[in-house]
Amino acid sequence: MAHSPYQPLGGKLLTKPFMVLALLFAIGMYFIATRFAFGLGEVTNLNGGYPWGIWVVVDMIIGTAFGCGGFAMAILIYIFNKGEYHPLMRPAVLGGLFGYTLGGIAVIIDLGRYWNAYNLLLPWYMRPSSVMLEVSLCVMAYVLVLWIEFSPAFLERLGLKDAKRKLQRFMFLIIALGVLLPTMHQSSLGSMLLVMETQLSPLWFTTWLPLLFLITALAMGYAIVILEATLVTRAFGLPSEQRILSKLSPIVGWLLATFLALRLADILLRGHFPQMFEANLNALMFWIEGVLFVVPTVILLSPARRVEQAQMFLAAALLLAAGSLYRIDAYLVAYEPGNGWSYFPSVPELMVTIGVISLEIMLYLVFIKKLPVLHGIRNAQPREA
Amino acid sequence: MEAGDDTGIDFDKFSEQELDGYEGSVGGLTRRDFLKFCAGVAASLGLPLGAGMRIAEAASDKLRPPVIWLHGQECTGCTETLLRSYHPTLEALILDTISLDYHETLCVGAGKQAEAHKRKIMEEFHGKYVLVTEGGTPTKDGGIYCKVGGKPHVEHVQEAAEGAAAIIAIGSCASWGGIQSADPNPTGAKATHEVLPGKTVVNIPGCPPNPYNFLSTVLYLLTFNKPPELDQQNRPKFAYGRLIHENCERRPHFDAGRFALEFGDHGHRQGFCLYKLGCKGPETYANCPSIGFGDVGFGAWPIGTGHPCFGCTMEETGFRKPLHALAEVKTFSPPTAFPAVDAPKGEGVSPAAAAVVAGVGGLVVGAAATAMRNMKASDRGSDSSETNDA
Repeated sequence: MAHSPYQPLGGKLLTKPFMVLALLFAIGMYFIATRFAFGLGEVTNLNGGYPWGIWVVVDMIIGTAFGCGGFAMAILIYIFNKGEYHPLMRPAVLGGLFGYTLGGIAVIIDLGRYWNAYNLLLPWYMRPSSVMLEVSLCVMAYVLVLWIEFSPAFLERLGLKDAKRKLQRFMFLIIALGVLLPTMHQSSLGSMLLVMETQLSPLWFTTWLPLLFLITALAMGYAIVILEATLVTRAFGLPSEQRILSKLSPIVGWLLATFLALRLADILLRGHFPQMFEANLNALMFWIEGVLFVVPTVILLSPARRVEQAQMFLAAALLLAAGSLYRIDAYLVAYEPGNGWSYFPSVPELMVTIGVISLEIMLYLVFIKKLPVLHGIRNAQPREA
Repeated sequence: MEAGDDTGIDFDKFSEQELDGYEGSVGGLTRRDFLKFCAGVAASLGLPLGAGMRIAEAASDKLRPPVIWLHGQECTGCTETLLRSYHPTLEALILDTISLDYHETLCVGAGKQAEAHKRKIMEEFHGKYVLVTEGGTPTKDGGIYCKVGGKPHVEHVQEAAEGAAAIIAIGSCASWGGIQSADPNPTGAKATHEVLPGKTVVNIPGCPPNPYNFLSTVLYLLTFNKPPELDQQNRPKFAYGRLIHENCERRPHFDAGRFALEFGDHGHRQGFCLYKLGCKGPETYANCPSIGFGDVGFGAWPIGTGHPCFGCTMEETGFRKPLHALAEVKTFSPPTAFPAVDAPKGEGVSPAAAAVVAGVGGLVVGAAATAMRNMKASDRGSDSSETNDA
């Protein structure tokens, strides 16, 4: 294993934070079991007006955006040929792996008649003009792609050098797919709202939704890489990657500036400027979302601020919050099905989502400790984390 | 030419000598003029060229009762609706069943020629022809507000009614005065039966009426030589005996309390009952929901397409009651206990769920803030070996 720049972290698995996460996951599992035993109505607050709740919006739509680290880094490293970012690639792919795999599982939990889900794969039932079909097939394919992209870590661990070498020959194809597929479905997650023109507040509804969703997904992908690298290096006493991260920040900053310009220009062009100043929940959420987007943009574009680790961390965290809120707003808050319907997740519903996220963090910790994921570990002193 | 060969057609009838001088040739026209007239009618009805000869044949058939159709204050909508009927079609009606001898919109002849023909028919078929009136009759100032051939419409109606075997008033204007009789009624517009005291006028109200209500009445008259059963307002009971409300396809929504509250709202788009938008179906007698309009299948009528009924067949409702005014429900009134269509649905925020969301939010913000504080400390100390838990 000495030849690989990646090393497993090692250390104890059953730490205190891990146990807390395991408990949360167990609670989530209990409610998932209840859902399969007694149906969706027993566990969720889903209704005729809001057939999609947080299992789709948070676990799937936000979860996969959080999982865009691998996608965002692949664009930078392989398309723009910035090899210096390579140390960030494998943990980013790992994050994506869990984001997407668990997002997919969450959708199966959310499907009312999940036993019919296999019909999706039967070509004679496919309707090529369906955005939903594209998203589901793309996400399934991308989960597979992510596992293949990550598989060298397993092969290294098992010492299968020959298999790894063979795989490496086709890796360019997998990486190409790893850029193509998320570009398709992350924009399509915005396209899905295009049919909801009358139900969606004009502050969010625009034909540019696919582009806006793609840009925020990319930005969130970079933000998760920054956040993850900062937290992991600090928690495990690894050498700081601050230098390489601060080089990444202007890229994200300009991406965000483009997003904000498009978002504002679109609202002005469509003549919905006054709606920004109405005294209602939609306008309030619009402004909260706006502030959450503007602050990281300012930090990431300021050369003085972005060298500070704390500022970078703040920017990444706010950016993830902003991207998440944008998705929650577009799918739940600004979405008004009419006829008096309202929706707020129930406690069991929330516990399932929290359980799924806990599982994600637990698996991440197991993987970085047991598999060669992190880069350039010299004399790390793993602490309890 | 041989007459009466095995085709059964009397070719002599079509010979020049015969046809030019045949008895009752239209308006005393020459053969050339008559054939030109028939070809013109065929063309304006969109019939194939050969149909002109059939028209010539039909027009000279004395078995069919002649019809005189007078237009008063109206929009010709009633004639338009009749032109769009398909079973039977208007041409089948006027070629096979009746002889439409005078119709100001459809006749090819014009001016003195048409008027002369009308007078001739009225004299020749005195007591045998059918009079149809379309439109209201102005009576103020001697009825000068609607004139044909220099003579007020009211005089035309009274004159033609003298020798009519039956009188049919088509449309709301002829049946009860229509839109021009609405307040302040500047021309003193009246219904046909009001200017013909003592005569029986069959009313086919509607704006426009369904053409099949008219055609059915005509066919009934021709077949049985008497008008169909009429109600107190002389409307055929087969068409005006039931409330729209009774056969409306949206009635289940009414009974369940599901109402559209404004145009384009959720209920309106869902096809809910239009009563609260001012639909007059509950007080209007007509068969619109049962037979529809335009022969295009189910749902092609005002309520079917999402517009409230405005009560065009009812003298006390159409053009008199405001469009938004609620109808007087004759069957039973909607109970106040109907569920509200905009009642809140869905579970809403439970205190526990709010606490979980707030807790998770607080935890994330707190953890991030702690991590940041530690980072700030290490940034200041510029000591990268300092480590902290996130």
